[in-house]
Amino acid sequence: MKHRYLKNVATLSLSAEKCIGCGRCAEVCPHGVFTVNEKKARIEDKDHCMECGACAKNCPVSAIAVDAGVGCAAAVIMGWLTGSEPSCDCSGGGKCC
Amino acid sequence: MIEMKMINNKSCCCSNDSCCSTESITPYDKNDEWVIGEICTPNGIVPVVSTNLHFKDTLGAWKVRWGTSRINYKISPGLYAIGKPDHISPVLVSANYKLTFDTLRKELSGLDCWILILDTKGINVWCAAGKGTFGTDELVNRISKVGLSGIVSHRKLVLPQLGAPGVSAYEVTKQTGFSVIYGPVRAKDIKDFLDSGFKVTEEMRTVKFTMWDRLVLTPVELVAAAKSSLMVFGVLFLINLFAARPFGLADFIAYTGAVVTGTVITPLLLPLIPGRAFAWKGWLLGLLWTLGFIWLSGWFVPGFLLLAIGYLLVLPSLSAFLAMNFTGSSTYTSFSGVIKEMKIAVPLIALSSVAGIVLLLIKSLSA
Repeated sequence: MKHRYLKNVATLSLSAEKCIGCGRCAEVCPHGVFTVNEKKARIEDKDHCMECGACAKNCPVSAIAVDAGVGCAAAVIMGWLTGSEPSCDCSGGGKCC
Repeated sequence: MIEMKMINNKSCCCSNDSCCSTESITPYDKNDEWVIGEICTPNGIVPVVSTNLHFKDTLGAWKVRWGTSRINYKISPGLYAIGKPDHISPVLVSANYKLTFDTLRKELSGLDCWILILDTKGINVWCAAGKGTFGTDELVNRISKVGLSGIVSHRKLVLPQLGAPGVSAYEVTKQTGFSVIYGPVRAKDIKDFLDSGFKVTEEMRTVKFTMWDRLVLTPVELVAAAKSSLMVFGVLFLINLFAARPFGLADFIAYTGAVVTGTVITPLLLPLIPGRAFAWKGWLLGLLWTLGFIWLSGWFVPGFLLLAIGYLLVLPSLSAFLAMNFTGSSTYTSFSGVIKEMKIAVPLIALSSVAGIVLLLIKSLSA
């Protein structure tokens, strides 16, 4: 069963103008958000984006922008309490926070 | 041409034909069962690693899953060998969390390859990539530290795909000359990936979050919740000293059920529960649990109404909060999504809990 999270929140954007169609974004995306056709990448399903930032980090022409961060409530609470940026610096959870 | 010799646990260049430097590239503990030999390279000695897990490795994994000794479950960063690698063998890059290292090496039996371990402070690849410790700078530094270009003649690195949030492939190539190939998400696909000449299928690229994946993550959540619960029990004990209706076994079961619902049941049933926000899913199951328990306890009568309403306000909120915290363990929640969910859920949880606690205290102290 495919997991789905909240709709219309992801901050992902792609500039078709800058895109050179190298395909790195499709290669690194853990949720298959991108497809590449005729040397241009396209955002196929933005609601699957988890804002990990892999695509933007690996795009050689900076055609992708995303406000990357941790999707972790505990980290956000710690950020609110300590007034710092939410980070995965916690002690719970095998995968992450 | 690079010449290498396998030797067993002894210093590398004891013979006269000194094949290499006797310096160790990667420090390791001689008592570690998973090191089964050493291999000579032009730059020094590299430990050869077993592809079998021993009892100690399995026990270690069990312990970290249950939340004990999670910190410092790590190995030395550096270069390791699997089988008898040479200058054309592939180089796999990974993190120095022991659980990650074990998951990787047990999939590599029968292969000859190098493993370059980055210093991620004992954190797994994906989280370390998010923090940037599994990152471009560390990779570039580690390549030069172990002198990789003197050990392999090719210029390719295989990185786990989930390392991509921290590593800029083109930047690594620019700084080191090594090109980056992102391999499969899961270590179990590495053999197929190497056999097929670095081909990654759509299936290997996609992150999943199966019921089993979720199950192994729940013990840590449960243990953390149990620890916080000790404080709750302490407060209830004090209240019991002058309560007209002391908290007892039924209350304990109701509370524990709500905790288990939030930390274990909701994560397990995650995609089956209607709705999308984690807090909502937890609240819904928490409500079902609380309604069921109150009904079975016969608390839907005038004398117990305060108690029933109190618990209906407190317990589903508790499950909701605990389920919300599972966003951090999930593989698909975005930062923007979590913020949106929390802005609605946290005030509601707080209000509902406070109102419920007030009702419970009135009932308890005045009965």
